[in-house]
Amino acid sequence: MSIVGAKVIRKEDPNLLTGRGQFVDDIQPIGTTHMAFVRSTEAHALIRNIDVTAALECEGVVGVWTAADLNLPALPGVPGLERPALATGKVRFVGEAIAVVVAESKYAAADGTELVIVDYETLEAVTSIDEATADNAPLLYEELGSNTVAEVTTADDHQAIFDGAPHTETIKLVNNRCTAAPIETNACLADYGPAGLTVWASFQAPHHLRNRISAWLGIPQDQCRVITPDVGGGFGQKINFTPEFFVAPVLSKILNRPVKYSQTRSEAMTSMYHGRAQEQEVDIAFDDNGKILALRVFASQDMGGYADGTGMGMPVLTTAMSAGCYVIPNVSIAWRNVLTNTTPIAAYRGAGRPEATYLIERAMDHISYKLDMDPTEVRRQNYIPKDSFPYQTHSELAVYDSGNFEGALDELLNIMDYEGLKEEQNANRTNPEKPLLGIGFSSWLEIAGFGPPGSLEGFGHLGSWESVQIRIQPDGSAIIYTGASPHGQGTVTTFAQIASEYLGIDFDKISVRHGDTATIPQGIGTMGSRQVAVGGEGVKNASLKIVENAKSIAAHKLEANPEDIEVTDGNLFVKGTPSKSLSWAEVATFSFQRLELPEDMDPGSLDTTILQEVPNFSFPSGAYACVIEIDKQTGDARIRDMYLVDDCGTVINPLLAEGQVHGGVAQGIAQALFEEFTYDENGQPTTATFIDYLMPGAPDLPSYKSGRINTPNPNNSLGAKGIGESGSVGTPPAVINAVVDAVRHLGVTHIDMPATPQKIWEVLQGGSK
Amino acid sequence: MIPAKFDYKPAQSKEEALSLLAEYGDDAKLLAGGHSLLPLMKLRLATPEVVVDIGSVDDLSYITDKGDVIAIGALTKHRQVEQSDILKEHVPLLAHSASHVGDPQVRNRGTIGGSLCHGDPASDLPAAILATRATLVISGPSGDRTVTSDDFFTDFWETEVKEDELLTEILIPKCTGEKWGFQKFNRRAQDWAIVGCAVQGGDNPGIGMVNMGSTPVRAAEAENALRSGSSSEEVAELADSGLTPPTDIHGNESYRRHLAKILVQRALDN
Ligand SMILES: Cc1cc2nc3c(=O)[nH]c(=O)nc-3n(C[C@H](O)[C@H](O)[C@H](O)COP(=O)(O)OP(=O)(O)OC[C@H]3O[C@@H](n4cnc5c(N)ncnc54)[C@H](O)[C@@H]3O)c2cc1C
Repeated sequence: MSIVGAKVIRKEDPNLLTGRGQFVDDIQPIGTTHMAFVRSTEAHALIRNIDVTAALECEGVVGVWTAADLNLPALPGVPGLERPALATGKVRFVGEAIAVVVAESKYAAADGTELVIVDYETLEAVTSIDEATADNAPLLYEELGSNTVAEVTTADDHQAIFDGAPHTETIKLVNNRCTAAPIETNACLADYGPAGLTVWASFQAPHHLRNRISAWLGIPQDQCRVITPDVGGGFGQKINFTPEFFVAPVLSKILNRPVKYSQTRSEAMTSMYHGRAQEQEVDIAFDDNGKILALRVFASQDMGGYADGTGMGMPVLTTAMSAGCYVIPNVSIAWRNVLTNTTPIAAYRGAGRPEATYLIERAMDHISYKLDMDPTEVRRQNYIPKDSFPYQTHSELAVYDSGNFEGALDELLNIMDYEGLKEEQNANRTNPEKPLLGIGFSSWLEIAGFGPPGSLEGFGHLGSWESVQIRIQPDGSAIIYTGASPHGQGTVTTFAQIASEYLGIDFDKISVRHGDTATIPQGIGTMGSRQVAVGGEGVKNASLKIVENAKSIAAHKLEANPEDIEVTDGNLFVKGTPSKSLSWAEVATFSFQRLELPEDMDPGSLDTTILQEVPNFSFPSGAYACVIEIDKQTGDARIRDMYLVDDCGTVINPLLAEGQVHGGVAQGIAQALFEEFTYDENGQPTTATFIDYLMPGAPDLPSYKSGRINTPNPNNSLGAKGIGESGSVGTPPAVINAVVDAVRHLGVTHIDMPATPQKIWEVLQGGSK
Repeated sequence: MIPAKFDYKPAQSKEEALSLLAEYGDDAKLLAGGHSLLPLMKLRLATPEVVVDIGSVDDLSYITDKGDVIAIGALTKHRQVEQSDILKEHVPLLAHSASHVGDPQVRNRGTIGGSLCHGDPASDLPAAILATRATLVISGPSGDRTVTSDDFFTDFWETEVKEDELLTEILIPKCTGEKWGFQKFNRRAQDWAIVGCAVQGGDNPGIGMVNMGSTPVRAAEAENALRSGSSSEEVAELADSGLTPPTDIHGNESYRRHLAKILVQRALDN
């Protein structure tokens, strides 16, 4: 039986579950000092003075530094809009780093920060896109003359089509600001000694960080080593540059001691990059059959206080993917990026695609409201047929690789009792004892497998390939070194499965190493659901190459033709003559021994390194349905069932694929019903703790019912598409469509995320929309 | 998330705790289960110089049947309150309320005395204490005094317990066989209530409300209606009467007023 596709349990787990994992904060070299930041308590202010005298006298404090003391360059970022490592003259959001304290303990460091006195001249804050784009709005950068830092207008707004269309609809949507809140907050430990700099960092892309730190500090890359040990979740929040990763090395050099930074949750809530925070105006034109004739999207992206490179790309991805699973003959897109006095925005699981899916899937339901048509029927009217791939969308970025959108919907309806639910919904509406029932659909599609040349360079990465090196050990075991930098995904397991399948080496004799720039070939990192579709393809190709050479060695020793050698169960043997056989261990040993090798082969030549490229993105898709119950008296919405049909092409490990979907769906439900990061009118965060920021836990989430279809990815030989972000992309519209469906009989057509009980109650009262 | 510096003084007995309080005055803070105090210290919203740990004063942890009343030691854990057979029989409202506090970890550390002394209008147990018209025993340098639950909660996070005093015991009249009801409306399993209520039936019924004012409060007008035999609809309609619920990101004032009515009705009807 093939090990690719098998439910293999994770290689990672025994270590983590027995407390033997090692995270940055667990690492404690002798002489380690502790770093803490003085963070802005103002959203928008000039810094008049910073008084560090009392802090310097605080017991245990080793030193205190401001921007003026260190004279640091700005952090790597968007040209012309780079954020300072420490605030210089002005602060632009609550939580921005102003000064840094290093002390003998983390307690003393925290005490020290309390004693630094910052004298602010408060400026008026802009906390929303509307405020930031108003006439005479206070400006974050006076010199730019505007808070809008990028803008793309539409080439053709297709007004004639809208004018002539039987039906049109305008929808305004808010994709609420969220924070991923990984269980491990940002952490780093910098040790800058005579032999060079080592930085342990909780990060998703170690080489990316190494390259930037070394350039920023002006030290050669060979003397700059970044290690990402166990990383407790990232979700996109750990591919961006925040001051700690750059300031800690500088201070380690000054102090000639290791400097550790382990962020508190309170800091993480305001200083780790947030996600989403996009507002959309959507116009659709459609005919009497529900066929969509034109789509117009204007996306306004809140950038927060500083423009991050990935943050700038969010509306690009949203507008590229706005047409979803549908044939839309006329699409016009426009977007802008706007600075506000809030925490900066960057990628968060899904990054731009949840926003796209939300808008098109809400639009589909609006068509069904207007025409009084079943939402599944509206979707069927518009799907891209399964024989039309590759499919060029309105966007140059998005050439859909393959898909079977209607097939996913068919399978979804197969695993749920839609007709029965509709009957129950009707009956419940008039029965005061029963909750309102809502059924919501989402046919979603996303762009993943970031890998085609150019796709990540635009976000500041060195390349878009992923590195894989396989080294065969003399005993026939194998170690895979990869530039992918997993932090919870289970890649150690999936890569070992792929290698085992194609090397013919036992799964238990394959290790996967990652996260150390000193030992791993130059790599890119883990983001954009790319590990299996790009790195995994590299594992397969490297394995195939190794097997080819191993066969030559075996053929040489067994006096046969390489073409006649087969590999099974850890042995290489001559086809038809199983007695003429060598074990993988024997071949591996020979591979290091000149006298045992064919003439044209050098010792050690089984080892293979590949920088795997792929020609296109991958486009995972699926169909989800949410069944929700709403308490008629309180407005409380509880999900009864989530039905999930995913199509990620070839599944390497169903357990892990399902785990990725469950986690993503949880985050999607969180965005739709629970989470929103908010500010008051002065830019003070109002949800900066887990009491107010309602991240749900397992008891608050439903069990999931899954189905699956398989449309292989034609652009890699594994056929795999990627599944890391699917759940968070597909879920929010399914949930909101369900919430609205539950109250449709009252004439309601929209409720903003998160659909809190109060909002729903107000709607039930006839209080809004 | 990193507390300021403090001295740690474990107390082995009530007397030792009182003498430490006398010694350190308002620099000191009692630590029971720590599930309200430690979060505040970690956020540096509380910065006591001395923490007097009464967590291991075992003789203040008990649930005893004293005839007409049940006596509960202040250091009894939520979990013990929840599981007590005595309470399940004679004050089932309190046992049930305790089962709704936080999650199992919280219930295994947090104490009834700590919950009451914290004086948080969002907490569950104060509502049950008000509804059952409990009496609280406070020990101080000059001996013990008793306070009714009505007089106990004085302001936001403030109670009758003075800096040199200790809550030692809660006395609850038996309500064996009486009707009772408890409702808690929250979003996530381990959250505080957006609004909650504890309703105790009997001759002198009580309705304690959660998160409907700046202190734990009784719905006095609804209680009067209940006493005079009004229907549950009529009682519920008065649930917010005379109360001033807060507006925050979890719910505005009018939503809280609405919830109060729905929850009181449910507590009465279920
Ligand atoms: C995650 C989480 C969820 C929670 N959820 C809920 C919930 O849903 N509902 C709810 O009601 N509560 C909830 N709580 C609070 C919990 O019930 C606390 O345990 C309780 O409020 C405090 O009890 P404690 O023993 O931990 O007190 P501590 O935190 O030790 O003390 C609290 C305060 O009371 C004082 N104090 C303690 N004991 C005495 C005494 N005997 N005499 C005088 N002063 C004293 C202390 O000095 C301090 O000021 C939650 C807490 C957490 C951490």
